[in-house]
Amino acid sequence: MIQLELLEANKMSVVLEAKHINKYFKKPVLFHVLKDINFQIRQGEFTSIMGKSGCGKSTLLYILSTMDTDYEGELFLNQKLVTNETREHLSYLRNKHIGFVFQFHYLLSEFSVLENVMLPAKKLGEKTLQEIEHDAMNKLKILNIDHLAKKRASRVSGGEKQRVAIARALINNPSIIMGDEPTGNLDSYNSENVFNIFKQLSEEQGLSLLVVTHDEDFANKTDRIIQMGDGKIIS
Amino acid sequence: MINWKVILNIAKTHLLTKIKQTSTAALGVTFGIGSYITLVCFMTGLNMMLDDLILNQTPHVHIYNEIEPSKKQPISLYDDVKNSFNVVHSIKPKLSQKKIHNALPIISYLEKDANVRGALPQIKTQIFYIAGSIEIGGNLTGINPIDEARLFNMGDYIVEGSAEALHNSDNGILLGIGIAKKMSLKVGDRIQISPINGGNFSLKIVGFYQSGIADLDAIQSFTNIKTVQRVLGEAKNYITDINVKLYDIDQALPLSKKIEQQFKLKAIDIKTANAQFETGTTIRNLITYAVSVTLLIVAGFGIYNILNMLIYEKMNDIAILKATGFSGKDVQLIFMSQAMIIGFVGGVLGLLIGFGLASLIGTIPFQTEALPTVATYPINMNPLFFVIGFSFAMLSTFLAGYLPSKKAKKIDPVRIIRGQ
Repeated sequence: MIQLELLEANKMSVVLEAKHINKYFKKPVLFHVLKDINFQIRQGEFTSIMGKSGCGKSTLLYILSTMDTDYEGELFLNQKLVTNETREHLSYLRNKHIGFVFQFHYLLSEFSVLENVMLPAKKLGEKTLQEIEHDAMNKLKILNIDHLAKKRASRVSGGEKQRVAIARALINNPSIIMGDEPTGNLDSYNSENVFNIFKQLSEEQGLSLLVVTHDEDFANKTDRIIQMGDGKIIS
Repeated sequence: MINWKVILNIAKTHLLTKIKQTSTAALGVTFGIGSYITLVCFMTGLNMMLDDLILNQTPHVHIYNEIEPSKKQPISLYDDVKNSFNVVHSIKPKLSQKKIHNALPIISYLEKDANVRGALPQIKTQIFYIAGSIEIGGNLTGINPIDEARLFNMGDYIVEGSAEALHNSDNGILLGIGIAKKMSLKVGDRIQISPINGGNFSLKIVGFYQSGIADLDAIQSFTNIKTVQRVLGEAKNYITDINVKLYDIDQALPLSKKIEQQFKLKAIDIKTANAQFETGTTIRNLITYAVSVTLLIVAGFGIYNILNMLIYEKMNDIAILKATGFSGKDVQLIFMSQAMIIGFVGGVLGLLIGFGLASLIGTIPFQTEALPTVATYPINMNPLFFVIGFSFAMLSTFLAGYLPSKKAKKIDPVRIIRGQ
């Protein structure tokens, strides 16, 4: 009985779940990239995915991100099946529940830092403009870059850009943040910084994080490491 | 779930940061629409002027007695030779009267027809203008001056004096300007005329008539119907022509057929009489539209090109927008609205420039002997042209924006993000 309740509680807090995910690249030749991937990410868990280049870890991340829909198997976000949903609805889910941080910073260079952070919330359209602006300033404050708010995104340094990207990922209070080598393009000082921000978010706000990385030091400091090789989860 | 405010804001930022390309694209539309408006206002203005020149003074249906041979020669009435092959030589026209039989009842009958704006009697006759021992041949037409001015814009062709002056004068004449020059006459002078059956009458010149066709102005004069009847010594029901003006010009042909059948008179409708005119108008319109459409297509390609470039430049932006929750449709709308904004701004500017240029052309002096009433270049400022021009601007930018924006919609964000 107690075990069942525990299981139930466990299940409640599962944010992301992959069941029997298979993926093939059809070009240039048929290639089985991901072979029967199964795993769960719970709330507040800071997970990293490691593996050699070409083992399919980024491919997996983009399937989990709902941007890549060409796969077999089932994907659950907050216990809801998202496989085979329409693209429109997937866009909405990404907007509301998933935050992204990429290796390259991908800010809209013509917009100010503040506008970049506000954009996903404006798209979601659940709050008024004042509330969004207030939220965005808050997120920037958490990341200690509120003094950059009015600067153009193209005018701030690399480490700062990555922090802006994190602020943008946080703006809609997502269920999970995904990162594709978020520190891959940063020096050790800045990667340390980014790691600390992630760690803090996971501990203080109970945010789930899933980060693909090559950086072993980075991975070793996370709660859990998923080691991949040849399209399979090794450990 | 379309958040227009956000989409338009992004579109606006893209356009403003690339202001050079944006204005180039918009200028393409502006020139296209501007030249369309200018061309079409000017061309249709000219068309209308040329049409007016002939059509305004031409009756929609002209009724008269034609001198022609009998359709049935007497031999065909003779039954004995019915089955033979008959050849008749030297057919002569049938002797008939010039006047229209029962003209006044026919006029009042026509006036009652709902399609008819007016039916005006005329008397046409040949006369001589006499200057000392010189006799100059000419035509004298008896008219109702007030009605002619009302229905056939007679007033436009009276260069001195007026239709009222002729109406009020018992023995006045509206002299062709050519004759006046030949005989050095001015308004208020008297002129001697002689009808072909003899006699001599002195008429007072109340004004000059200039149609713009020199040959006509050298022979044609007008006077009141009563005056002509007196000159010819004819009764008050002597009428040689009836000119009918209709509300709808398309009714001219059926009405003329009906009149021919009913009254056994010759009735010519305006389209038969001036067939070549319509052809000229159609071809001029065709040229105007061909040139304008070409200009707009060129402008459309400009927009297509610039949007295509923009989408290549903004590949990363598109990917990140899609990753953060903008759907393909949102992205398409961002680029579509950029195209439409370019079209709108360019179109409105084009309308203004077109309006300005057309107004400018409308003030350029344009004086010619042939057109006494025209002082500047004719411009036809029809609001419909502006509506058409604007719709065309929007349509062409829509088409030019559609293909590139469709491409933006289909961009796969994973490919872009992983491709770096």
